[in-house]
Amino acid sequence: MSAARVGVVTFPGTLDDQDAARAVRLVGGEAVPLWHADRDLKGVDAVFLPGGFSYGDYLRCGAISRFAPLMEEIVPAARAGLPVLGTCNGFQILCEAHLLPGALTRNASLHYVCRDQRVRIETADTAWTNAYEAGQEITLPVKHGEGRYVADAETLAELEAQGRVVVRYVGGNPNGSLNDIAGVRNEAGNVVGLMPHPEHAVEELVGAPGTDGLGFFTSVLKKLVDA
Amino acid sequence: MARVIVDVMLKPEILDPQGQAVARALPRLGFSGVSAVRQGKRFELELDGPADEAAIADVRKMAETLLANTVIEDFTVRVEQ
Repeated sequence: MSAARVGVVTFPGTLDDQDAARAVRLVGGEAVPLWHADRDLKGVDAVFLPGGFSYGDYLRCGAISRFAPLMEEIVPAARAGLPVLGTCNGFQILCEAHLLPGALTRNASLHYVCRDQRVRIETADTAWTNAYEAGQEITLPVKHGEGRYVADAETLAELEAQGRVVVRYVGGNPNGSLNDIAGVRNEAGNVVGLMPHPEHAVEELVGAPGTDGLGFFTSVLKKLVDA
Repeated sequence: MARVIVDVMLKPEILDPQGQAVARALPRLGFSGVSAVRQGKRFELELDGPADEAAIADVRKMAETLLANTVIEDFTVRVEQ
């Protein structure tokens, strides 16, 4: 069987696409570069929206990227069940595109935060976290200035009741996000967004703070093989 | 030709740490009597034609689609005289 093909999207200003592609290859997948201006998903089995500062964060983080030609392909594919993961700026884009509820706003401290962050995987019931166990605590890097997750009270209650909070900060909230939310999923569980960076925690050599992030990539590959 | 102004503000319930920082800076600079500050964005749109009802409806659509994120922001549209 050929390797699962995971598309890694590059917008103008994306920074983490090479790390994301490397993480995909490390777990045995094929990383397929996807260009924001193309209307072609190249038949990939899943899509990774990496972090960075797409379009310079102009207007709002992710607000311009949302309307990129490639997004016109990704949005309907995601609604139809294509596994999509967005980290950091990718999470912001998924919220702007209304594939995920809520929004990411300026950190409450107003400071850009870059540190190793303890988080808890709240649900293994997604395409991207099935290799973890619910309740498992891991450490991932965070690095963002606008990661404070907000949603109206009704949406928050719904997310909590339906188990759609995927990742939660523990041992200190870096940005003041509501309910300590670090990441959420859509109803079907194929679309996940989170502020921390699993793709930066995949190798012992450079993977400060470790390899806790690998599970996101093994999860989606496992899901694709099982499908 | 007409100029239409779109003001975008964070919804009242959304924390505005930038506005708070400005509010905290004012007393340090010797300004008093301000109890709160909220920071927003102002867009000035130059229209090709008159700001008639259809044009204003279009601008509202632009605001909903791109200028504001209605999950966290409210907007107002007005024609500049």
